[in-house]
Amino acid sequence: MMTAMLFAQVANSQTDPSTGVFIIATVVKMVVIFTIYMVGVAYSTFAERRVSAWIQDRHGPNRVGPQGLLQVAADGIKNIMKEETYPGYASQALFILAPGLAFIPAFITWAVIPFGSPLPTPWGRIDLVVADLPVGFLFTLAISSVGVYGIVLAGWASNNKYALLGGLRASAQMISYEIAMGMSTVCVLLLSGNVSLNQVIAQQSQMGWNALLLSVAAFIFLISAFAETNRVPFDLPEAESELIAGYHTEYSAMKFSMFPISEYANMITASAMMATLFFGGWDIPFTQWDNTGPFTVLKSLATFAMFSSKVLFFVFFYIWIRWTLPRFRYDQLMSLGWKILLPISLGYVVVVASTVLALDYAGVTRGPMFGAVLFGINIVLMGLLLFVADRGRLVSPAYSRLDKRNVDKLRAASVGRSTLPRPVEKGA
Amino acid sequence: MTIKVKVLDRPIEQVSYVRATVKGLALTFKHMVDPHKVTVQYPDERWDISPRWRGTHRMLTTEDGKAKCVACGLCPTVCPANCIKLVPGEDEQGNRYPLVFEIDEFRCIFCGYCQEVCPEEAIHVGRHYENAEYSRDSFVYDLQRLTEQTHPVCEMWDPADQKGE
Ligand code: SF4
Ligand code: SF4
Repeated sequence: MMTAMLFAQVANSQTDPSTGVFIIATVVKMVVIFTIYMVGVAYSTFAERRVSAWIQDRHGPNRVGPQGLLQVAADGIKNIMKEETYPGYASQALFILAPGLAFIPAFITWAVIPFGSPLPTPWGRIDLVVADLPVGFLFTLAISSVGVYGIVLAGWASNNKYALLGGLRASAQMISYEIAMGMSTVCVLLLSGNVSLNQVIAQQSQMGWNALLLSVAAFIFLISAFAETNRVPFDLPEAESELIAGYHTEYSAMKFSMFPISEYANMITASAMMATLFFGGWDIPFTQWDNTGPFTVLKSLATFAMFSSKVLFFVFFYIWIRWTLPRFRYDQLMSLGWKILLPISLGYVVVVASTVLALDYAGVTRGPMFGAVLFGINIVLMGLLLFVADRGRLVSPAYSRLDKRNVDKLRAASVGRSTLPRPVEKGA
Repeated sequence: MTIKVKVLDRPIEQVSYVRATVKGLALTFKHMVDPHKVTVQYPDERWDISPRWRGTHRMLTTEDGKAKCVACGLCPTVCPANCIKLVPGEDEQGNRYPLVFEIDEFRCIFCGYCQEVCPEEAIHVGRHYENAEYSRDSFVYDLQRLTEQTHPVCEMWDPADQKGE
């Protein structure tokens, strides 16, 4: 009798759970994800400070707790205890609302990102994603666009010209790069043929990671993600040298620290999207062991670890880039977005679409072979991009180039001082 | 009025964004894994300070624990920062001693004149520099605090040994 029940349970663990279990599991997943995510955000602020310090041959915060690990708590306490200031004539309601609006969208996106292979439990198989929406990908696109509201409202509600400028910059920047970003992800959808993120991952585990099959799209997505999260080299909304602190100039205490928190939250979310769309999500490379049934707890843990390490790598990459590159100028940012990334991504969609169509016509099944052909094409395109398109072009130079003749004349003048006609002296 | 920005006339053949970025990333990564630590790691390591370091004052005492000072008034007179406050007193035997002896370490410029001028070798500047306090008032060291200091005292410049060897 007992064994029979046990067997029933084991069999049960690979099937879909009942509604009650589903609801409880979802709540548990939400709490777990929220906790892990918040800790991750807190520690990414810490990681930023330590990594930046190492890169600059400094130490960074290493006094509070072992290796400074409790610095995060100290900062939190400090920020909560500080005085909150409200600028005069600020639009109070929006001023208070804005930090929340900046933070929440980054967080909501996590609802649809799968973070591991399905977990078998005695009550049924639980998908390791809070909500496996059939339109998951469209959901992330929609939500990530909402994130700019927080920044724009913060800038507008502060009654401060620098804040307003920062907010305006943020909205212009996000709109510009959203297009290139959307275009680059169209290619992913062409391959997976589905907008559910679990399907995107399944496709990558069969054909190979999209970073190899769609390198150009991955590259454009990476650049646009930097712009979308307002990170250096595209942190124009808060450019200190021009705008004091941009949209959060007037904020103080915890309301201020909501903005850095939302920046890091966005950063982690963008890293997760990058990992999911182009680097196989929770897929472990070079093996099919992880994405075929029967699913076990070990597989869930291994895939979750894989996913976390991918996300952490991209978070590190964000930090690494930040302490390497200087900031773009505003017109350069716009030319890069509209004149370079947008045309490249549009052209790339055409190339990928024709390739997929041709391969489908030729009867190649979607598998390793299909991936190999795309990979070959991408190597050529990446080569063209890096060695031809990337060389000898300035993104919006700061001045109109000197006329060649003028340059020669000036050079001659500076060397010999004789080729220029001497001014005729008066009265001679 | 047009604003002219002077820009380096870089040959356009040398312009490259991705490669320059990769080069920069390599450089920062190198520094991250192999930090070139050139500074003294202060709270963990300290510098050996010179024997002539002039820092926090110290009042030396006689064997019976009293300050050596005889309240001659030379140090308040010589002090260029005017930061020594001295009120002299006299006991029954006619020995002079300081009733009040205060040095404002905040105003002191650590010139060391007080040590040089003192006939009793009582007041000294010391080889010590960590004298942070929570309030300005606590920088005024009274006689008790000056005698309680334990750090080594400064060796003054000696014409016979100009480099302090
Ligand atoms: S070191 Fe110079 S300034 Fe300081 S108390 Fe002595 S005499 Fe005055
Ligand atoms: S010079 Fe020396 S003896 Fe004279 S008052 Fe100053 S500390 Fe005392």
